[in-house]
Amino acid sequence: MSSLPLDINYKYCKACGICYDLCPKKAVSGDDQGKIVLRNPQLCVKCGICESHCPDYVIFLRR
Amino acid sequence: MRPELQKLFRMEKLPHIWCPGCGHGIITRAIGEAIAESDINLDKTVIVSGIGCSSRAPGYMNFDTLHTLHGRALAFATGVKLANPELNVFVITGDGDATAIGGNHFIHAARRNIDLNVILFNNNIYGMTGGQYSPLTPTGKMASTSPYGNPENNFDIPALAIAAGASYVARGTAFHDKLLIECIKEGIKNKGFSLIEAMSMCPTSYGRRNKMGNAADMLNDLKRIAVNINVAKKLPPEKLEGKFLIGKLHHKPYPEFTQEYDKLILKLQKGAE
Amino acid sequence: MSPKARLIQGNRACAEGAIAAGVRFFAGYPITPSTEIAEIMSEELPKLSGKFIQMEDEIASMSCIIGASLTGKKVLTASSGPGISLKQEAIGYACMTETPCVIVNVQRLGPSTGGPTSSAQGDIMQARWGTHGDHPIIALCPSSVYECFTLTITAVNFAEKYRTPVYVMLDEIVGHMREKVVLPDADEIEVIDRKRPTCPPEEYKPYQIGESLIPAMADYGTGYKWHVTGLFHDETGFPSGNPQVIDAQFKRLMAKFKKYEDEILLWEETETKDAEILLVAYGSTARSALEAVNILRTEGIKAGLFRPITIWPFPEKVLKTLAGKVKKIIVPEMNYGQLFLEVERVCKDKTQVSGLFKVDSLPIAPDEITAKVREVL
Ligand SMILES: Cc1ncc(C[n+]2csc(CCOP(=O)(O)OP(=O)(O)O)c2C)c(N)n1
Ligand code: SF4
Ligand code: SF4
Ligand code: SF4
Ligand SMILES: [Mg+2]
Repeated sequence: MSSLPLDINYKYCKACGICYDLCPKKAVSGDDQGKIVLRNPQLCVKCGICESHCPDYVIFLRR
Repeated sequence: MRPELQKLFRMEKLPHIWCPGCGHGIITRAIGEAIAESDINLDKTVIVSGIGCSSRAPGYMNFDTLHTLHGRALAFATGVKLANPELNVFVITGDGDATAIGGNHFIHAARRNIDLNVILFNNNIYGMTGGQYSPLTPTGKMASTSPYGNPENNFDIPALAIAAGASYVARGTAFHDKLLIECIKEGIKNKGFSLIEAMSMCPTSYGRRNKMGNAADMLNDLKRIAVNINVAKKLPPEKLEGKFLIGKLHHKPYPEFTQEYDKLILKLQKGAE
Repeated sequence: MSPKARLIQGNRACAEGAIAAGVRFFAGYPITPSTEIAEIMSEELPKLSGKFIQMEDEIASMSCIIGASLTGKKVLTASSGPGISLKQEAIGYACMTETPCVIVNVQRLGPSTGGPTSSAQGDIMQARWGTHGDHPIIALCPSSVYECFTLTITAVNFAEKYRTPVYVMLDEIVGHMREKVVLPDADEIEVIDRKRPTCPPEEYKPYQIGESLIPAMADYGTGYKWHVTGLFHDETGFPSGNPQVIDAQFKRLMAKFKKYEDEILLWEETETKDAEILLVAYGSTARSALEAVNILRTEGIKAGLFRPITIWPFPEKVLKTLAGKVKKIIVPEMNYGQLFLEVERVCKDKTQVSGLFKVDSLPIAPDEITAKVREVL
């Protein structure tokens, strides 16, 4: 687990889609309810765009 | 949220009440980041707000927080700051809160150049009451009370604040969060009235009615329409049509109200000796 | 005159009383007949390291003093008619958040612009019910210059002790009248400060339902990091829509003044022991009523005066007892019967209550009251 680039607090996710629409690498995407899933962690470049634009403080980027 | 930031929030109050994709969450976080990166005493920091979705933000922030009346945040904040100038006072307000019902307090607080850091969450609509047009709803846009398009004109908030006497004026957006954080930090450093217009978005009450797509589409709109003032300086006017400027728009320090009042107190006391 | 005797106005006595009680913050907006209070505060407060600010309107003034009170300062605002109307929403906020503050209302003829320099007592019900929703409030009513001083001190003390807004209801006559007074020295004045928390911040509950019903209040900037909102809130101060929480907090708020009634209810009785006719009057009208009692007594008519000093909450128990002993009650008021409604409610089972109402910009003269007494006898 600890090797993943992001910590995700799924409980707070409101399925707005911002994180995966903004992710330049498509490392995150939406599940069938639209909630965040870290589908391709290996693609993540740790740019932090998803973290700082998630209105619900769901994402924590490991630095 | 990173641990340093978590300390500034009342984590136990989350998740917040805002709708999915509401820009207010992004801006609130940016305020937290700006405070975290500024060297201010957290015990001596007060966050004041009015009424509206935006004005709910202080409830999630771990400071002395004051959720007041619709439009009156600046008047309450003036009392807090003047009574104890040692306090760092932030004001979180909405476009309706600050420029409609609170418009008079807005210009007078700016005129006094009282040291308040005002972050105006502009989502171009009355979000909380379900999407009525505000003084910042652009002409022609749809709102629940402008079903044929808004027939009124909207304010240019930075121009209004500068004309009224604000000593620091800047604009950021929910998309340009890094710039927004920088602007808020500069506002904190400015001893005087600082106004940061933070372009937010309300997918629920504004975006849907104006067919602006989903929350990410609205964020991308902010990205597309905003032009950094430093870039804009080099562009011909026709390239700026339909755009708005972001970044530091005005910074002209001059004597601050509560400091001047304290000088008066000193003078009177010296005179009495 | 003795060295300490001074000839001063009611408005000045009120301002000096506020300062003597420890008020160090004033926000206001000019309006006749209250303006002198602002002028005096603007001159005196900065000399005492206090703060005066002239806000852009009365809504702002009321909001401003609430903000200042939260930093721990004792605060005052003063206004009249139209200005008091504008303050109402923020007064409700002070009730809801239990923020100590004092509002001086120098009553003028209303409604609307009415009569700026004419005396009236038309804001009695506004003081009680001016803001929306049920709420407790304290209103005190001086009828002399000396009492403008002492009652403003009492008002500040009540605001601090009971965590509440308090009105001082002058009227134009009392506010502008000059009388010779010898004001008490600072060491003769009891000054009460609000209770502040002693617990660590993690344990602090700004709306705790404790035995006293009056929770301690932390000054902003002292590390307690608490939340103040006009929404219904729980003991911690955060919004709550839970009916049980709303009910419990509201009941505490409403029970607060009942518990301290013995301290809050103030009144004065003159010649009531053997009275057959009881006048119930307050403010400047009580002065005429007192004179009327003297005249009637010389004529052999057993008249007495009950002067409520605290008009809200209304001192009903004591009045009810008196009502049981008299034949008639007359309520002279410079309005069309506002406190009359309250007197009638309390006394009508015991005796006959009639009113003497006058709204024509002139005060009620003693002979108008004596005439009314002879009429009902
Ligand atoms: C005196 C008063 N008038 C009207 C309202 C109703 N009201 C609550 S929030 C609001 C509009 C808020 O809009 P804005 O300030 O833009 O904040 P947003 O919800 O969009 O963040 C209104 C009209 C109120 N609470 N008080
Ligand atoms: S950090 Fe950047 S690359 Fe990684 S998931 Fe978030 S947006 Fe995508
Ligand atoms: S941005 Fe946040 S709330 Fe929206 S889908 Fe992504 S994780 Fe969920
Ligand atoms: S109504 Fe609009 S402003 Fe209010 S929470 Fe929802 S999206 Fe945000
Ligand atoms: Mg808005």
